[in-house]
Amino acid sequence: MTKLIPIGCTRRQGYRAIVLRPGAQELENNFTMKLSLSRVVQGCRLGTLSNLGKKGDRCMEFPGCLLYTRTGSAPHLTHDTLQVISGVPAMTQLTLSSLAEHYEILEEYKEGIGKFIGMPESVFYCSLHDPVNPCPAGFVTNKSVSVWGVGGRLEMTVAKFMAIQQALQPDWLQCLSDGEALCADASSSKRAKKSVDRTLAFLDECLKLQEQSEVLRSCVMIGVIEGGDILEERLRSARETAKRPVVGFLLDGFHGDAMTKETRLRLISSVTAELPENKPRLICGIGQPDEVLECIEAGVDLFESFFPYQATERGCALTFSFDYEPNPEDMVLQQNGQKEGEENGEHIDKIITTKCVPETSFEINLKEKMYRDDFGPLVGGCSCYCCKNHSRAYVHHLLVTNELLAGVLLMMHNFQHYFGFFHAIREALRKDRLGQLKELIYRQAC
Amino acid sequence: MAEPKDPLSMRCPESMTAVAASTTSLGTRAPAALTLRVVAECSRSKARACELRLPHGTVATPVFMPVGTQGTMKGVTAAQLDNLGCRICLGNTYHLGMRPGPELIQKASGLHGFMNWKRNLLTDSGGFQMVSLLALSEVTEEGVRFRSPYDGAEILLSPEKSVEIQNALGSDIMMQLDDVVSSTLTGSRVEEAMHRSIRWLDRCILANQRPDQQNLFAIIQGGLDPALRRKCLEEMTKRNVPGFAIGGLSGGESKEQFWKMVTLSTDQLPREKPRYLMGVGYATDLVVCVALGCDMFDCVFPTRTARFGSALVPTGNLQLKKKQFAKDFRPIDEACTCPTCQRHTRAFLHVLLHSNNTAALHHVTVHNIAYQLQLMNAIRTSIVEHRFPEFVQNFIKTMSFCHPLKARHGGGWIWIWICLSHPHLLCKKTALHDYTYIIDIRLLTFSLDGG
Repeated sequence: MTKLIPIGCTRRQGYRAIVLRPGAQELENNFTMKLSLSRVVQGCRLGTLSNLGKKGDRCMEFPGCLLYTRTGSAPHLTHDTLQVISGVPAMTQLTLSSLAEHYEILEEYKEGIGKFIGMPESVFYCSLHDPVNPCPAGFVTNKSVSVWGVGGRLEMTVAKFMAIQQALQPDWLQCLSDGEALCADASSSKRAKKSVDRTLAFLDECLKLQEQSEVLRSCVMIGVIEGGDILEERLRSARETAKRPVVGFLLDGFHGDAMTKETRLRLISSVTAELPENKPRLICGIGQPDEVLECIEAGVDLFESFFPYQATERGCALTFSFDYEPNPEDMVLQQNGQKEGEENGEHIDKIITTKCVPETSFEINLKEKMYRDDFGPLVGGCSCYCCKNHSRAYVHHLLVTNELLAGVLLMMHNFQHYFGFFHAIREALRKDRLGQLKELIYRQAC
Repeated sequence: MAEPKDPLSMRCPESMTAVAASTTSLGTRAPAALTLRVVAECSRSKARACELRLPHGTVATPVFMPVGTQGTMKGVTAAQLDNLGCRICLGNTYHLGMRPGPELIQKASGLHGFMNWKRNLLTDSGGFQMVSLLALSEVTEEGVRFRSPYDGAEILLSPEKSVEIQNALGSDIMMQLDDVVSSTLTGSRVEEAMHRSIRWLDRCILANQRPDQQNLFAIIQGGLDPALRRKCLEEMTKRNVPGFAIGGLSGGESKEQFWKMVTLSTDQLPREKPRYLMGVGYATDLVVCVALGCDMFDCVFPTRTARFGSALVPTGNLQLKKKQFAKDFRPIDEACTCPTCQRHTRAFLHVLLHSNNTAALHHVTVHNIAYQLQLMNAIRTSIVEHRFPEFVQNFIKTMSFCHPLKARHGGGWIWIWICLSHPHLLCKKTALHDYTYIIDIRLLTFSLDGG
């Protein structure tokens, strides 16, 4: 039995014929997501994923990020305000933790999560957890994994997990996994081994269930690489997962402070070396610009975009520069957008925010009194809705008066800025300017 | 029905009557910052459809003005508000005068520049907020003395100060500082407040530095006392202001008292100047008060209730957080053209409202603003097409049919209509919605004597 599959993003580019064999092979080539690698520079992969989505007609470039959502909606944003942002990724991240408790509603709705949330045009990746809200550890067993929604803990066996996914119908889904290898104080290779064993067992069971459902077969599985900080376990997880018919890999458990930066990057590189080149590598919990670059160098392709959301919740605007080849005019614009205090790293009259996540050096805190009468845009030269229509003084006012619009405007700016960063990474890789971009970003990290 | 008969403005459509130009403090004539053109009038009630030309564009009346208290329409951007068809909205002098303050806003090219709103703005004087929000405020002839809730400093808001702040904000319409008392208050305080409001009006007129760009409206006071109201109307209409507001109502008074005062006021207000009824926003009240001759309305209700997940519909409202909407895959209102209804279902909004994603609130806010604007548009079209009475009948039928209990109790005014024209029907035990077919809309303009 042969099948005609379109090459590239549009059907104009022609077709190729593939021979389908029943069983595992068919699952793997399901809707033939294709990964085209255009170059690899210092470990960084540049390319395109095509034939994405149920109709197989969407594409996405990498390195890239997914659109972060909370309960199926970009934070603070309606469709109107979301679509004004340029560079919105083709793929949206949903979190099972925010949607699992509504699965009966989705079952009755029948038409899948994309339509339910009013984003029928997007391609969806459903992760288990929300990168922003850590969930309590200690609730993974050999038979089940728990997520936390508004209504509390939801325990999912493989059967329940797949039933929920059947109602959601995402395009990609993170398979049920045990991500708690490093949750206890002392890392133990026993616990690391268990995380790998369990995750592989879950994967195999899920794949089996997937075969039995037509609907589920249109959702593709992302295999999860576990193993804590134990190299052998990480390698085992990578090799074993790669044997299964998954469409991509999620590198889990590398976020937070559980391991040193050196260990993390070493492990990531080792893992990606074991993974097939023609499948995308995702990572969760990594969002800071310098860490993003490090992970790309270690072979990661796709990231989440929760980092701009966290900045928004802090009342901050992302201001880090990714313009590694500024022309003199732009330099002036950027400088005009910055006050002297910032150059010296001073923070005058800082109002302490109530959020626990500390401010990074990639942003400015608009609650600070110095912005009260600063009528410039958030970032000079930025073409987002907020920067084109409003001033730092106005956003400062909205924050001081606790107005909802602050979140809307900051989210619009922060998303656009972050998507622009990934665009700059791809451009730098295309033009062999990665070194300059790295130097610029690391200079701003502290 | 007492109605000032101006020989130059007979009841014919399309009559052009420019409002007399407001005078500067020296009495010289400046070009008019406001013109009102009456486009159509209902023959059986006092409803009228007009075009109100203001410095930042034309506004079709009757109009509902959403309230953007602190220089923002809550979670809705200026672009979204514009796209919904809003052409005038409110800013709040008290709040903005405190934060960020008039000097900063002036530096930002006025409130229009600060919030980047290119259409019209109306600011109130700040008087109402102070009296209602502050525990310790004291009214004297000078003004309202209070303590800033932000730094404890003692502040006096005088008529001059209020106008000064509003001049800095640069609103197209600004309100006089009035001595506002609760509508449930009786006694000499009400009379004192009415007279003081007249004196403060004169002070405000003198203080207005920009009459050619900013229209100062008077506010009719007098509580629920017809004699006091009439006195206030008599005096204030002597002043050459571009428009009038009916104030001191929509407090704790009964509906019956409420629109008695409204209709009394519109009877004595000039036809060719806009009538602004402050603080009215419930759909039923809007319809009735348009029939009584009002042109402009404002209320925080639609936007505030949205943030509690309550969506406005022709039959009342939907509390979307309730379980009954969990599997309701219809939009809030099938006939609504707002972005929320075009794309989202009640079920999705139900889910989102139970999350902490503020987008949920914005969806409902957008819808509620659209609902109010669409309602006013429908009212206006019916006036222009000479079928306003039928519109009202349909409106009541829709509202009361679905809420029979509400109509029987909360719609007290429907009963009064029946008393006046068909008292024998009260004895009959027929369903309430039957009455809607026999309600005579002329009843809306009944006179005060003889009830």
